Amino acid sequence: MASEGMPFPPSWREAPMGGAAYKPSTLLRTGTWRLGLKPVVDEEKCTGCGWCHIYCPDGAANLVDGKAKINYEYCKGCGICAEQCPAGAISMVKE
Amino acid sequence: MAVLEQKVVGMTGDEAVAYAIKQVEPDIVAAYPITPQTIIVERFSEYVADGLVKTEFVAVESEHSALSACVGAAATGARAFTATAAQGLALMWEILYIASSLRLPIVMAIVNRALSAPINIHADHSDTMGARDSGWIQLYCENSQEAYDTCIQAWRIAEHPEVRLPVMVCLDGFVLSHTLEDIRTLPDDAVKRFIGKPPEVRVKVEVPVEGGTEIVDAPYKLDPWAPVPLTMGTFAMYDCYFEYKRQQEEGMKAALRVIEEVGREYGELSGRYYGLVHPYRLEDADVAIVGVGSSMGTASVAVDELREEGYRVGLLRIRCFRPFPVDRVREALKNVKAVAVMDRAMSFGGPGGPLFMDMVAAFYGGAHRPLMANFIYGLGGRDISVADFKQVVKTVYGDLEAGAVREPMRYVGLRG
Amino acid sequence: MSSARLKLKDVLAKEDLLYPGHRACAGCVAASVFRMVLKATRGPTVAISATGCLEVATSILPYTSWKIPWIHNAFENAAATAAGIEAAFKAMKKKGLIDEIPDVIVFAGDGGTYDIGFQALSGALERGHDFLYVLYDNEAYMNTGIQRSGGTPRFAWTTTSPAGEVIPGKLEWKKPIAHIVAEHRAPYTATASPSEPMDLINKVRRGLEAEGPAFIHVICPCPRGWRFPTNLGIKVAELAVKTCFFPLWEATCEDGEIRYRLTGTSLAIAKKPDLKLPVEEYLKLQGRFSHLFKPERREELIKEIQAAVDAEWNYVLKRAGLA
Repeated sequence: MASEGMPFPPSWREAPMGGAAYKPSTLLRTGTWRLGLKPVVDEEKCTGCGWCHIYCPDGAANLVDGKAKINYEYCKGCGICAEQCPAGAISMVKE
Repeated sequence: MAVLEQKVVGMTGDEAVAYAIKQVEPDIVAAYPITPQTIIVERFSEYVADGLVKTEFVAVESEHSALSACVGAAATGARAFTATAAQGLALMWEILYIASSLRLPIVMAIVNRALSAPINIHADHSDTMGARDSGWIQLYCENSQEAYDTCIQAWRIAEHPEVRLPVMVCLDGFVLSHTLEDIRTLPDDAVKRFIGKPPEVRVKVEVPVEGGTEIVDAPYKLDPWAPVPLTMGTFAMYDCYFEYKRQQEEGMKAALRVIEEVGREYGELSGRYYGLVHPYRLEDADVAIVGVGSSMGTASVAVDELREEGYRVGLLRIRCFRPFPVDRVREALKNVKAVAVMDRAMSFGGPGGPLFMDMVAAFYGGAHRPLMANFIYGLGGRDISVADFKQVVKTVYGDLEAGAVREPMRYVGLRG
Repeated sequence: MSSARLKLKDVLAKEDLLYPGHRACAGCVAASVFRMVLKATRGPTVAISATGCLEVATSILPYTSWKIPWIHNAFENAAATAAGIEAAFKAMKKKGLIDEIPDVIVFAGDGGTYDIGFQALSGALERGHDFLYVLYDNEAYMNTGIQRSGGTPRFAWTTTSPAGEVIPGKLEWKKPIAHIVAEHRAPYTATASPSEPMDLINKVRRGLEAEGPAFIHVICPCPRGWRFPTNLGIKVAELAVKTCFFPLWEATCEDGEIRYRLTGTSLAIAKKPDLKLPVEEYLKLQGRFSHLFKPERREELIKEIQAAVDAEWNYVLKRAGLA
């Protein structure tokens, strides 16, 4: 499940008190969850409206220089961005 | 340092607890009324209504919410107090474990009362004994003076960085909670000085930064102004849960030491020293009574009377039941030949009452093993008298002569 | 009543307070909703979650997805935990230890709100704590395996209300949780849909600004539990609104008087009733209602659902003074 091997300290003494979380989930590349389809942005059609960024459950669609850019490290391939894009600029494509 | 001058105020046990908490002035008190704790909550509400404390009083809609609110508050680093009894404690049961596992220094007064059914509002220890595995420190008070004193010490114990466990201060329902006693009270500023500010504890957290991550020291609390936000109350799989439980146990071990340290410091201030156990006339005793709570006061009178009659008998009142003070108990009873273990609660189907099982375990594996006779008494507020205690001791002398405990579990004051 | 203030460009400029890498299912609309809600925060904020999907998904040790302080206590006490946190900050402010009181947001699912969490919610509302409660309603106990809750709609399939030979799914109606909260005289109560993000985000902002308890009921279609493809979550929510299955409104209470008003598409439908779609358009997208259509069409059951939707819609119109 974890992308980075054994994430726990070697001894119970070092576990942060009370079970406080101590690593960001950004270390977990959920992009590995995709089942063969990934969203691809047609930059010519993309108007930079930003709705994909709003709808994405994983924050994997971001506006970079006015255009939608998919962060494939985290994109789970759900297809919501492609479905919702008002300009039809995103399509689900075989990896 | 000289003992402070203390004002004597006539108060019931509940009032004494409320008064102590008023002097502590926690950030929140979230409580739900239940007999015989009601006076604590009522008296504290009066302090709030009169503007005598800056404490936020949250009149929650159940005991489960009372402790839940305390967990939330303590998680922000605030001081949180609640009080309950019997059914209320039982209703909070799942949150007890959460409070101790999250290492939150909550203080809770329990006015010991029997668990239903039948519904009974009088004193016995079934409520707190039922919670003995929950990871809370449990201190049993003999009288209301001790309840007052312990409600002040509890914060220093709970908040100690090596302990960081919640504390139950137990006092017997009606016997202590509703009976007037002369309470020697410390001045307000002395209490505030004694408890001080809660010491800060920190955890190491890895956070994302430009190009990677870095490890930062974060205060262990919900603080939106801290540079690193903390996530508390996480989900653990089988690969890491166990370690947190071992850590909690370490807090309990440290508590054995801290409770004595705090009890000593408090003694210097007030003239009343407190420890893990309170021995009475045990130096040359053959037989000892061991128990917790207010009836140990009655037992001490029985000890004195029996001594007059020529019996070499003593008493060991266990003040700190969790963590169980194995070393101190063994030390105190090292010359005693037979022990009457008094249980004011049952563990149905068990090989003895809760205290009996802990006593036997404490001596198992040691060189010295006195005879241990279990006596169940006082359930549902059934009274126990000096004469009853004397009879118990004489029964144990009979066991001593016979060379064995003749009955594994005996009941005091039971009809039939 | 303040009008919508936050614009899309404000929202796009706001950093995400939920890290990616969380374990929510692909296409989880609740995760989208959490991101939207967190876009509306306005300053120091503390979050509390009840046990449930997004609690587990964002806090599996040692990882966290939370960029603000967050606590999970237990299943039924999110509102009580929030009450304690709010009271603690109030006390700290009284004692001069802090200058301002942070916003307190509860994120709880239908499990932790309609049923086991109801008491704590009602108590916190009655006591008037200043907090925002976001109900992310996926209409079943999804985290434990799609079991029915008080928020499951009538005739929906769940694992504890399966559609069998004799009983066609859950027989009880969906508890009108938002109306119940409004009747508590909460200063601000609203319903929202992820298909209208700016409506949702502005409601969150208004909820945070309200002094006292605020409650937002958000419909969160769940691809796993409602049985539809992962890319249709927002579309399903859109249809919930367009069929008036889930009307969008907000209610404020000032001086003891509760005032409802419709918002977004629901307001548009109120003005132009032709826009209202038959509830079937919503039901047929979801596998949890498939037994109403196959192997044979259950006309009487679909009619019942339509009648109930119409009754609720008329009720909301009346409350909003638009009947």
